[in-house]
Amino acid sequence: MDALLRAKGMNTGYDQLQILWDAALDVKAGERVVVLGSNGAGKTTLLKSLIGILPLWSGTIEFDGHSVDRLRTDGRVRRGMAYMSEVGIIADLSVEDNLRIGGYFSSRDALKSKMEAMFKEFPILRERRMEAAASLSGGQRKMLAAARALMGDPKLLMMDEPSAGLSPLLVTEILRLVKNLEGRNMAFLIAEQNIKFLEVATRVYVLDSGRIIFSGTVDELQTNDAIRRAYFGVDAV
Amino acid sequence: MLKRLGSMGLPLVVLVLIFAVGPYTVFNNPATLFEMMAFLALAQGINVLYGFTGYLPFGYVGFFGAGAYGASVVVLKLHFPILLAILAGGVIAVLISVILLPMLRLSGAYFAIGSLAAAEIVYNVVANPNLQSVTNGPYGINLAPVFNATLSYWLMLVLVLVAVTFVIWLRHSSFGFSLLALRDDPVSAGMAGVNIVRTRTLAWLASAFIAGLAGAIYAWHISVFYPGTMFDLNISIFAIVFTLFGGRATVWGPIIGTVVLYGLYNWIGFSTPQYFQLVYGLLIVGLVLFLPNGVMSLIGRRRKSRHAERKGAVMNV
Repeated sequence: MDALLRAKGMNTGYDQLQILWDAALDVKAGERVVVLGSNGAGKTTLLKSLIGILPLWSGTIEFDGHSVDRLRTDGRVRRGMAYMSEVGIIADLSVEDNLRIGGYFSSRDALKSKMEAMFKEFPILRERRMEAAASLSGGQRKMLAAARALMGDPKLLMMDEPSAGLSPLLVTEILRLVKNLEGRNMAFLIAEQNIKFLEVATRVYVLDSGRIIFSGTVDELQTNDAIRRAYFGVDAV
Repeated sequence: MLKRLGSMGLPLVVLVLIFAVGPYTVFNNPATLFEMMAFLALAQGINVLYGFTGYLPFGYVGFFGAGAYGASVVVLKLHFPILLAILAGGVIAVLISVILLPMLRLSGAYFAIGSLAAAEIVYNVVANPNLQSVTNGPYGINLAPVFNATLSYWLMLVLVLVAVTFVIWLRHSSFGFSLLALRDDPVSAGMAGVNIVRTRTLAWLASAFIAGLAGAIYAWHISVFYPGTMFDLNISIFAIVFTLFGGRATVWGPIIGTVVLYGLYNWIGFSTPQYFQLVYGLLIVGLVLFLPNGVMSLIGRRRKSRHAERKGAVMNV
């Protein structure tokens, strides 16, 4: 199967500081790929450069058969990429308005039915629909970020540390959401340091100091002694 | 649906009552009402730009003056009919805004100062004695041959109604909504697929067009003017203060701001002019301290507390 997302030789960073070094990855349609890395490994930088918030210094990104590395963020989103992060929430707007902006390209009727579906998936958002997003708790913000990203019916949803700052119960809730969305034929690229997300992964990349040091299935990761020692500790997985 | 349409059309009805019926009933002073309408059109133009995108254009008067001089040159040198010349005034303001598009890369105070400098450049070009054959340089313009106070009055009212209708549309359209999202968080708006550059550009051009038309009609109405009249920085400042006083990104804000503050300006300015600067200064300080989001935010607060009360009542049932 052809890759939905194919990135090669990605080099980027902030000002003079290079963060990503020749990173390459691909995601096939419907796949759930987890990019595992510790704090400061470059996970957010990777996703930001894939969605176009951070420009590439060099490298190529193809999405759905088209080169997107010269497109701005909105162009990539229109092609079907979505980036779920708390950054994506507009704090001053209400929960409902955040969802509306997520479904910006939908017709009025489609917007209504999508919003209803999101409220069904996340009942707390319905309860707080008129309140400013700034007033939501950390977990509720994650839900809103996920719902907002899903409003655009993306082909690929990139999730930036969805478990960060959440209680174990809420992490389970996020994992349930990823599993629930399996039927949508939507691909996931999840950047995480929480190994619980390996439960939902079909493939894994390990990112260390801005370099991809492993690529393979969860089973291959678990049997790779070098990775186990370096990243998890010998008996952790 | 009917209720919604009614509430959307209410500002237009109020404006027609003030400016079309008013002169024949309660307030027979067309000169003051005309100036008020000119400021109202400018305040709505600033509302489109500052209210919906966050760009504060201190040099907004540049578009106003460009529209005035553009229309005048077209009517005096090219002998176009006045209505076509007024449209040309708007188009010339848009052309200048196209030249100034790179300024949208600036933000905050840098944009405000940049727009001020841009207006000063346009002013100096218009007032340049070397361009006397085109703009008559510093010696001013005389539109007496086409002067028509009545028609220009009604045309300004049409412009105000069109500008207000445009803002009503912005408040209820996905385009206006994308502008608001862009104003609050451009990165986030881009992540929702909003084309940031195109959306901002359209708001900038529309705002310039409104100012250009207002300048052209104003020039037609007063008929004799100098560069200093049309590029007076106070025009920008007044229109900005009127917008801020009422509340940006609202339909009613610039209307309330202009009617109240311009009314006050005329009242105090004529009755006790020595106190005018003091009262105005206190009003602006009070506005910044107690109502940074304008008078309309009071109504927003009331609505929110009613919503909270209702929610509380439902939860208590």
